[in-house]
Amino acid sequence: MFGKLSWEAVPFHEPIVMVTIAMIALGGLALFAAITYFKKWTYLWTEWLTSVDHKKIGVMYIIVAMVMLLRGFADAIMMRTQLAMATEGSPGYLPPEHYDQIFTAHGVIMIIFMAMPFFTGLMNLAVPLQIGARDVAFPFLNSLSFWLLVSGVVLINLSLGIGEFAKTGWVAYPPLSGLQYSPGVGMDYYIWALQLSGLGTTLTGVNFLATVLKMRTPGMKLMDMPIFTWTCTWANVLIVASFPILTATLALLTLDRYMDFHIFTNELGGNPMMYVNLFWAWGHPEVYILILPAFGIFSEVISAFTGKKLFGHHSMIYASGAISVLGFMVWLHHFFTMGSGASVNAFFGLATMLISIPTGVKLFNWLFTIYQGRLRFTSQVMWTLGFMVTFAIGGMTGVLLAIPGADFVLHNSLFVIAHFHNVIIGGAVFGYIAGFAFYFPKAFGFKLHEGWGKAAFWFWISGFFVAFMPLYALGFMGMTRRLNATTNPEWVPYLYVAMFGAVMIAAGIACQLIQLYVSVRDRNKPENVCDHGDPWNAHTLEWSTSSPPPFYNFAVLPKADCIDPFTEAKENGTAYQRPAKYEPIHMPNNTATGVVMGALLTVFGFAMIWHIWWLAIASLVGTVVYFVIHAARDDQGYMVPVETIERIEAEQHKRLVAAGKIPANATRVETSLEQA
Amino acid sequence: MSNLVTNVGHAHGDHGHDDHHHDSGEMTVYGFWLYLMTDCILFASIFAVYAVLVNNVAGGPSGHDIFELPYVLGETALLLFSSITYGFAMLALYKGKKQAVLGWLFMTFLLGAGFIAMEINEFHLLISEGFGPSRSGFLSAFFTLVGTHGLHVSAGLIWMGIMMYQVNKHGLTSTNKTRLSCLSLFWHFLDVVWICVFTVVYLMGTL
Amino acid sequence: MSKNRYPRLLGLVPLLGTLLLGGCNMTLLNPTGQVGLEQRNLIITATLLMLLVVVPVIVMTFLFAWKYRASNKNAVYTPKWSHSTKIEVAVWTIPVLIIIALGYITYISTHELDPYRPIESDVKPVTIEVVALDWKWLFIYPEQGIATVNKIVFPAHTPINFKITSDAVMNSFFIPGLGGQIYAMAGMQTKLHLIADRNAEMDGISANYSGAGFTGMKFKAISTTQEDFDAWVSEVKKSPKQLDQAEYAALAKPSQNNPVELYSSVTPNQFQIIVDKYEGMKPGKPLKHEKKEKEVAATDIDAGSHSAAGAEE
Repeated sequence: MFGKLSWEAVPFHEPIVMVTIAMIALGGLALFAAITYFKKWTYLWTEWLTSVDHKKIGVMYIIVAMVMLLRGFADAIMMRTQLAMATEGSPGYLPPEHYDQIFTAHGVIMIIFMAMPFFTGLMNLAVPLQIGARDVAFPFLNSLSFWLLVSGVVLINLSLGIGEFAKTGWVAYPPLSGLQYSPGVGMDYYIWALQLSGLGTTLTGVNFLATVLKMRTPGMKLMDMPIFTWTCTWANVLIVASFPILTATLALLTLDRYMDFHIFTNELGGNPMMYVNLFWAWGHPEVYILILPAFGIFSEVISAFTGKKLFGHHSMIYASGAISVLGFMVWLHHFFTMGSGASVNAFFGLATMLISIPTGVKLFNWLFTIYQGRLRFTSQVMWTLGFMVTFAIGGMTGVLLAIPGADFVLHNSLFVIAHFHNVIIGGAVFGYIAGFAFYFPKAFGFKLHEGWGKAAFWFWISGFFVAFMPLYALGFMGMTRRLNATTNPEWVPYLYVAMFGAVMIAAGIACQLIQLYVSVRDRNKPENVCDHGDPWNAHTLEWSTSSPPPFYNFAVLPKADCIDPFTEAKENGTAYQRPAKYEPIHMPNNTATGVVMGALLTVFGFAMIWHIWWLAIASLVGTVVYFVIHAARDDQGYMVPVETIERIEAEQHKRLVAAGKIPANATRVETSLEQA
Repeated sequence: MSNLVTNVGHAHGDHGHDDHHHDSGEMTVYGFWLYLMTDCILFASIFAVYAVLVNNVAGGPSGHDIFELPYVLGETALLLFSSITYGFAMLALYKGKKQAVLGWLFMTFLLGAGFIAMEINEFHLLISEGFGPSRSGFLSAFFTLVGTHGLHVSAGLIWMGIMMYQVNKHGLTSTNKTRLSCLSLFWHFLDVVWICVFTVVYLMGTL
Repeated sequence: MSKNRYPRLLGLVPLLGTLLLGGCNMTLLNPTGQVGLEQRNLIITATLLMLLVVVPVIVMTFLFAWKYRASNKNAVYTPKWSHSTKIEVAVWTIPVLIIIALGYITYISTHELDPYRPIESDVKPVTIEVVALDWKWLFIYPEQGIATVNKIVFPAHTPINFKITSDAVMNSFFIPGLGGQIYAMAGMQTKLHLIADRNAEMDGISANYSGAGFTGMKFKAISTTQEDFDAWVSEVKKSPKQLDQAEYAALAKPSQNNPVELYSSVTPNQFQIIVDKYEGMKPGKPLKHEKKEKEVAATDIDAGSHSAAGAEE
């Protein structure tokens, strides 16, 4: 009846796990009680969970990302503590089978369930606004993508209390991840969590490509699109081209594990090394999917806070494109040590180094954007400058690893760990946090507290260096990754320092939580309010509408015929013009289909993990049937009446006058703006 | 994929319902093309896997030993003809002839179902002979590749069934037109994939 | 193995680096073997070459940020300036030049440091066959006819030819002190050529996570004189244990933190037997004709006999 599922699946004997579960349960219960007490369930359901508004979906993505950042970071600090304690014969406090799950979960969570939703959230929030669109191409699909991600999140968190998670490392190489060497449900949690959220990501890629290619506001040329939109577009190209490989690879591994296929097995003609190739054919583009949007955010931040056009806008677009294309031809550098022969290794090594050229160009372009600018040292700028310094170092160690001769001694060592945290924390995460502080006022109409933001920055960056510089050194000392205990006394001081660094990062995260609290508390203070929509005096269209923007984004589709259209309009005095008469706007209806399908697919994943076949079949059929019913309804959306638009725009007009952006007696233009 | 915002420049005056439908359909078909690209990469990955594993027979049979080319030619003919009949369905759609559309869709459905039936029969024979996917890497890859295509065709058949019901009930509405166009793309795409499967798996395996 | 692997001028660079890092006691920066030494020099050369562009970028970041701070009203402010062909050419050219230099070094060193390339030496090499098991290392000395677990001894100044496979999951065979590592994979044989320049006791590890017992999957690698090596071999030959098929089957079962084991003899071809175990390309019997004949004889398909023929191998 319940497949492999029984009470024994709950790890009652592991106090650490049980305490964690108890805390999560208490937190969840408190949240549930609070929502019920304040009678917010209807509001939550109608305004958020069933919403197809890209801005709300973006906010929900970022909330998930931040919750998962806490979860992934808890794993990180547990690992550092374990390694600081388990030296010279001491076993530490984590049993090996638990430790092995933690480092696997840390990798999967941080990449798939923290970085990906953070990037997707920022993209959702900003990209349609940047191109002057009223929503994405397929709003329902956008909601479905989000709920597929949530399915993955739910599954990976269920693994904490029901059964176990994979003990294979986040790359899950077979044959270790095959049925013979990993018979438990941990690997199945891994497969289904990644498979469901990966499907969501593919749909997001398709959706946003269609959006930027088809829904730009009239007059906006492709090469004039804002740089963040461009870097997201390249990331979406990479998603569309690489995520199907992950889908296929996971499906093949599923066949091996569930139906006794021999694709990645040792025996009967399987080829485990093919998995390694396929995994990195997805996995390497994946890291560029994470970093490119962060590059875009840094570009936006630098040009906004220097009060200057971005240096080499086109150069940046080409550089991002070069990175994307080259990113597809370098996957073998993850396993030079497989014995592919010198010529193959040299090819992939050289291809990898080529990527440093466009990346170097980007760094120089940011520098020359600062050059002859008026740089305001806001927290966003500090994250950006911190990134430039950190990333230069991380890029250098990356090129070093691309040299096969060097990689033969550094491969899989802590040097590699230090390198990719150097680029992912110093690159992607700093970028997302900068983007969070940059776009937060756009989403909510008030600014984040600067002091706490800067404190967070200093803790993060110094914590990063303290935590990861020792790992570079340990790599040179011959320490390999994924050890659960060490015996070499010379490594101990470095491991202590690294742990201290992790504690400093924890302080940084605490500052961010306090920042959120303080900012929400002080949201109505005049210096924090920026509901008129343009807190940074920035260049692009997303700042031309109110904060938060009306659900239709733009009452009139904005005009864009240059790279920085909003700056242009502000200079010409044509910004904030209102037409004599508004037209009705067509908008999509909210729908529960995304939530329901996500929930059913979560049940499907859970049933597959535990081999509860009847439930798997029922939930899958239910998903399809529900979708067919949704499609048959053929919901064509609705027209927003002119009166509603008039009312909302009049409020915005008052705000703009109050903020001194326009004179109180500003008249409405007679001719339609769209024809102009 | 049917909900979307009209977001084109001519929001003036005649912002009629038909106008919206036209745009929405275009966008949906465009998005479907993008989706097909991702499916293409999915198949490319599985083809690559097949190419790597084709010689890993592990002491079992090779393609030369088990493939029956005439039988597969029959399957191929069914699928190719179903593409032609779908083409006629689309022609009828452009002319707005509902009954003809339904008739051609039904023909296509029968041909597609025949293809699937033949494939299931082929799989059944192989498995009953002891040459199931668990026998060797080669057979695993064979069943995966051909089976993935078969699953796609089956999904297409379910979709086709639903569309026949929809057309019968609501007629040739613009939504149904858009969806039939997407299904048309899907169906022809699966034909192209099958030609690759036929060449790479069956022809190269037996010759 | 020639010492002159990259241009002479660049050869001076590593010396500088060694001075800078002289105080550290880092295995990779102070290797025991020739290969490791060259890999270290490569790392230092490449790092210094890249610092040529990384250091200016970092300095410029601080410099520009400070000079063009908003409060510095004396600095030039050009809000519309966003293009300069001169600068564009420079920012594309500088990284290109560095990468050309680095690419040249990479190409040469990748071929020179190819782990499959035998080390040139007048001394006859010693062959050691390595099998990664769950979770221990089995070493077979085919020329000496002995085998060990989690310990190897070999003469210094003698090229060692490692042949590596796995009878479980994938591992990576790595002696950091000697340099170089290569994967151990079931059904496949990889090669690694190393040499020790002095007598030393080194740590050997698996550098690719392989499951529960991974942390304890360590061995000792001892380079010694030829005499001591010979003495060690004859000592092992007196060991009571013999690695026959039964003993191997017992050894191959998963176990953690294994002690050192010495075997006075080993099944001939044991290494090849392990590799062949996973041979996936073994051709089957030609079934087609058999099948055709059967179809002629009886139109009904006789499933039973076919599956029997298939399973026979």
